[in-house]
Amino acid sequence: MCNGLILVGNWKNRGGKMYWQSEYECMERGELELLQLERLQATLNRVARNVPLYRKRFAELGIDPYDVQSLEDVKRLPFTTKDDLRQNYPYGLFAVPLRDVVRMQASTGTTGKPTVVGYTSGDVRRWSELAARILTAGGVTKDDAVQIAFNYGLFTGAFGVHSGAELIGASVIPSSGGDPRRQISIMQDYRTTALVCTPSYALHLADTLDELDINKTALSLRFGLFGSEPWTEETRQEIETRLGIQATDNYGLSEITGVAGECLERAGLHINEDHFLAEIVDPQTGEVLPAGAKGELVLTTLTKEAFPLIRFRTGDLTTLIDAPCACGRTLRRMTRIPGRSDDMLIIHGVNVFPAQIEAVISGTGLTDPHYQIVLDRVGHMDLATIMLEAPESFCTDSIKISQRIVENVRIRLQTELGVAFEVRLVEPRTIERNNGGRIVDRRKM
Amino acid sequence: MQPTLLSLKNMDVFYGRIHAVRRATLHVRQGEIVALIGGNGAGKTTMLCTISGLIRPGQGSILFEDTDLAHRSPEQIVRAGISHVPEGRLVFSPLSVEDNLRLGAYTRSRFRQRASIAEDLEIMFTMFPVLRERRTQAAGTLSGGEQQMLAIGRALMARPRLLLLDEPGMGLAPLVVKDIFRHIVELRDRLGLTVLLVEQNARSALKIADRGYVLENGRVILQGTADELLANRDVQRAYLGRELEE
Repeated sequence: MCNGLILVGNWKNRGGKMYWQSEYECMERGELELLQLERLQATLNRVARNVPLYRKRFAELGIDPYDVQSLEDVKRLPFTTKDDLRQNYPYGLFAVPLRDVVRMQASTGTTGKPTVVGYTSGDVRRWSELAARILTAGGVTKDDAVQIAFNYGLFTGAFGVHSGAELIGASVIPSSGGDPRRQISIMQDYRTTALVCTPSYALHLADTLDELDINKTALSLRFGLFGSEPWTEETRQEIETRLGIQATDNYGLSEITGVAGECLERAGLHINEDHFLAEIVDPQTGEVLPAGAKGELVLTTLTKEAFPLIRFRTGDLTTLIDAPCACGRTLRRMTRIPGRSDDMLIIHGVNVFPAQIEAVISGTGLTDPHYQIVLDRVGHMDLATIMLEAPESFCTDSIKISQRIVENVRIRLQTELGVAFEVRLVEPRTIERNNGGRIVDRRKM
Repeated sequence: MQPTLLSLKNMDVFYGRIHAVRRATLHVRQGEIVALIGGNGAGKTTMLCTISGLIRPGQGSILFEDTDLAHRSPEQIVRAGISHVPEGRLVFSPLSVEDNLRLGAYTRSRFRQRASIAEDLEIMFTMFPVLRERRTQAAGTLSGGEQQMLAIGRALMARPRLLLLDEPGMGLAPLVVKDIFRHIVELRDRLGLTVLLVEQNARSALKIADRGYVLENGRVILQGTADELLANRDVQRAYLGRELEE
């Protein structure tokens, strides 16, 4: 059980809470597993009844939810892949009628079609509770002013943290994305104490502070919660030093929100296991790997009403940590995500698959285009460039036409993927033809 | 969080060839009021009868604290601390109110607990004053609401820690139902009793419950806090008689 006596750092003085829902975060493992089984069985009964994909697939494989008698039995169920989501765009996987859905968020998908994720009012409420847990674990209390510098929009990031912070009773500043100078003046004027954004944006803010010659001590920042792209321990140290904060990592997907977050021990992310069942599988064979092995994270939602997913392949590589954490939570941890099992790129915190870029370029009417995706980091921000080879028949001297092509590709990438790319037209036959060279990622992780 | 008092794991129950309960997994914590809701034939009553030993489970475990009840007799189960208030109340009509209550203490009579039984009788009369008024009257002459109080009082006489209540509001006027439900909350608050409640009237049940499970065709399809279930549109449509167009 939770030991309320473990106090870390300055919690006591701030009147903070160690846990948001200690009854779940510190649940005895046996009870937690029974709760997981209860919720898993109910979820399976619901998807088998309400979601055609699962009904059909279970029938094909001769699986009855009835056969799942233990958490181990989940192994016998089929995976759900991003491709399944794409094929069921937009509402095919919803387990409730649309009129029960109170919110839609979307993610990018593998071929330009995004995935639409619906939430019932209960889902939204649980999502807020989970975000409140993650924020509390990262040090946030009702006394904090939380600046959320994620883009508010269809892409999921901002909203969960926003309502979670409100639930805690913190003062929420929805500063959204944009000009770092504006962010910094808000941070100074509003006396922001906690910052939520991507780690690269945090470093970008640190650079801007340097440019403006503002000392970090002029800020009131104490905590930073960073997510939606992979980052390293070195980056964490750099952020902590340059902004003078304690920085924690958190993890969620646009398909499955509120999955995990670090506590101030900063030694792995606690998975909200009462709401998600986590497995680690071999990315190639799909075989479940033994405890402590590194592999692809597979998640099953246990409480989602509108958009339940069974054994969803996240594509993220990690390891589960069984050992208890010094913070007192009994929720198992996962190591920080060092990489992916597929070719997905994360640019400005947005997930982009090369196939999406290809689809956009092919859609612009160029015949058999050759191109290269070049990713750089300028300062701490991603710079994505598409080097597009002009067709041989094409006279690059015609500036007008080439400008039109470049502009066309640029705008379509921006509107369809939500990411700004630089587009450059290069001479015919100047891009290497081997397949491995299509993506050049020069960003240092 | 209170410790778990009762937990069912993968409980299967057959009624002849009918598979009445299909792998139900659920738990009840000490001091909780937990509601089982669902339509007719969903398996709610079957579930209670299986817990109290009136029906044998086909498979699965029923843990009451650390004891597996799956193969115990109803008598042993009452002694272990579980009392069942059956659907339709089933008071012994020709017997007096007091005799009905005393029969509830049947399992205790052989332990020379006469004094403590008298004490408990007094507690019942204090809690349900109408039963004192009708003390010598035949139970069959009581109104429906009074019979329900008697049935609850009779179950309490066995000094249970877990009370199984099957449709306590059935066939009663709304005001009477309200009164019965108020009593159920009081039992928990004053006597620290844990309650597993089956009720067609899902709204009243969820209003007093901490958590609930929704059964459909013998399967648990939803579980959560009472607030969550009350806010769930599926539950609202199916069991709370509320349509969106309302």
